[in-house]
Amino acid sequence: MRLAAPDRPAKEGALLDIVLQLVLNGLAVGCIYGLVALGFVLIYKATELVNFAQGDLMMLGAFICYMFVVWYHAGYWVAFVLAIMIVAVFGAVLDWAVLRRVIGQPQFAVVMLTIGLGAMFRSFASITWGSEIYTLPTPFSARATRLGGVTVSYEYVSIIVGTVILCAALYTLFTHTRIGVAMQAASQNQLAAYYMGIPVKRVFSLIWAISAAVATVAGVLLAPVSLIDVNIGFVGLKAFAAAVLGGFGSIPGALAGGITIGLIELFSGAYLPPGVKDVAAYVVLLIVLAVRPQGMFGTVGRKKV
Amino acid sequence: MRFIFKTSYQQDMWLFRDAIQRNWYLALLIAACALPLVVPTYLIDISLVFIYGLCGISLMVLAGYTGLVSLGHAAFLGIGAYAHVYFSQDLGLPWLVSVALAVVITAGVGVVVGLPALRMSGVYLTIATLAVAVIIQEVLTHWDSVTGGLKGKAVNKVVMFGLTFGEQAFYFLCLACLLLGLWLTQNLLRAPTGRAWVAIRDSEIAAQSMGVNLAAYKTIAFAYSAALMGMAGALFAHKVGYLAPDIFTVLLSIQFLLMVVVGGLGSLHGAIYGAVFVALLPVLISEARDRVPAWLGAAFSVFGAHAGDSVFSAVDRFVKQPALEPGVFGLILVLFILFEPLGIYGRWTKIKLYFSLFPLYKRATFKRQKTYMRSERLR
Repeated sequence: MRLAAPDRPAKEGALLDIVLQLVLNGLAVGCIYGLVALGFVLIYKATELVNFAQGDLMMLGAFICYMFVVWYHAGYWVAFVLAIMIVAVFGAVLDWAVLRRVIGQPQFAVVMLTIGLGAMFRSFASITWGSEIYTLPTPFSARATRLGGVTVSYEYVSIIVGTVILCAALYTLFTHTRIGVAMQAASQNQLAAYYMGIPVKRVFSLIWAISAAVATVAGVLLAPVSLIDVNIGFVGLKAFAAAVLGGFGSIPGALAGGITIGLIELFSGAYLPPGVKDVAAYVVLLIVLAVRPQGMFGTVGRKKV
Repeated sequence: MRFIFKTSYQQDMWLFRDAIQRNWYLALLIAACALPLVVPTYLIDISLVFIYGLCGISLMVLAGYTGLVSLGHAAFLGIGAYAHVYFSQDLGLPWLVSVALAVVITAGVGVVVGLPALRMSGVYLTIATLAVAVIIQEVLTHWDSVTGGLKGKAVNKVVMFGLTFGEQAFYFLCLACLLLGLWLTQNLLRAPTGRAWVAIRDSEIAAQSMGVNLAAYKTIAFAYSAALMGMAGALFAHKVGYLAPDIFTVLLSIQFLLMVVVGGLGSLHGAIYGAVFVALLPVLISEARDRVPAWLGAAFSVFGAHAGDSVFSAVDRFVKQPALEPGVFGLILVLFILFEPLGIYGRWTKIKLYFSLFPLYKRATFKRQKTYMRSERLR
């Protein structure tokens, strides 16, 4: 991922300032990972499907927003909302047309299915919008204030604020509303939920729509920091590390995992030899999986006979 | 329908089911040997089929027989390729010794990857192998003294016993390696090891309570799978002729998975069908790129020359998109998962059963049980 932030801090300046700057940038990058991871977690929580195409949904969202802003000269916020709506509907249609058919089949089938869907999305985007690299102009672009020795860029602030709002809203939805509790019930036991009068199919479509919308938010927030191209979906792989770190099934866990990965990545980029930055997330992931396979916040069951 | 009555225990250990089956495979072997005479222009592509066949067997052992899905097999292929090139070109070891060393090293890495994998299951394992693959790819990029880094490394032709292998000899070398791999795997699968793998795939808990040592057999599966990948990697290095770290990406691993899924999980036939499919599909697509626009243009020129021309140019522009190929691969994967989860081999068994049971065939024979409860999914 190309980041606007410098990989290595400038030599001058107090150590504290450098560390604070890294923390801020790491938080912002981590929030993006957290948002994409949130998409995985939502779908996993409700449907027990693992969606490998989440990063590619994010890419579609970013491209649609770009298309409205640059091709049709819509305002940023209008384009943002339109993109969220279009991708959310697309997510629901995807569930209705494709993913509903594999519910109840082995997890491997679903993994392969979403990998295939992701390849199709990338191919579609590349044919429709071309494989060049685009910049999305936003109200936050290239604006920053200085707080003490730390440069606070508005892009990063927008990412952090957007993430916090979205997470709070989703957390409330899942724990304090009827539909959220219905989603949790459907994830525990689809048949029993069905018998209790929960419209399981509609709940699943809804959750896909929400997850696709979250992916779009992540994509559009990420767009000014990392430019838009067909392959930004591969951020999804690092977000996977974040989701696993957080326990794959816990909303606060996804965010915490994302921020952990973001911080580790920026600090290793600043203080460790080149090349380590790209694999830091995966090394952490492996260590966590080896030591605690259920993640920081997760629970993993074992069949009891 | 033909029944085979087993009259001795020896019969269970035969490599082939009966003489008919053996003769069919013999005919297939003769056909493969005669192929260079028939289609000399596509020889390189067919060698790739054999190499991919080895990769398919490797992943089939792990994903199809042991139930451990790996998204990191391209990295094993890379290790095999780089190790072989390093030993044979930089250290000047003989070809066979170098390949053997590459296989041993890849198997060692397989064990190292497999050990932490013992504690994980399902998607967690898949993600862990993916992480390992990314790390290995980064190591290949930065270990300049051995791998040549981003510049890459040119690979010479195969030289064995002082003879330089041409295109045709390389074809037969690949065929021989594929046969060796098939024979070894078939033997393992009929032995206690293979039975243990299948038991682990179907239910870990049941296997464990029957006395299968999960840790040992999973590690063996990883090591064996990686070793086959190492052998395939050595051949692959000669096939591509130039090694660069960005060949061995996640996308290649996905292609290997596509291979076993399209071919049919849980059968060696499936691995070979999948290899044929994945290696020859790009050839088909490039042929189609040259011809389909002209055909469609000719078809639409019924409505006037202008319509024909505009259709030709539109289709031509669409077909020439380089991004079309991964999309087609993705589409095929999705269609197979939705409509034929058993793959090409599964479809073939269904067709065979349909004819052998002719008026009595029931669709429900192949119906797969679905699970809707979380407790059911823990096996």
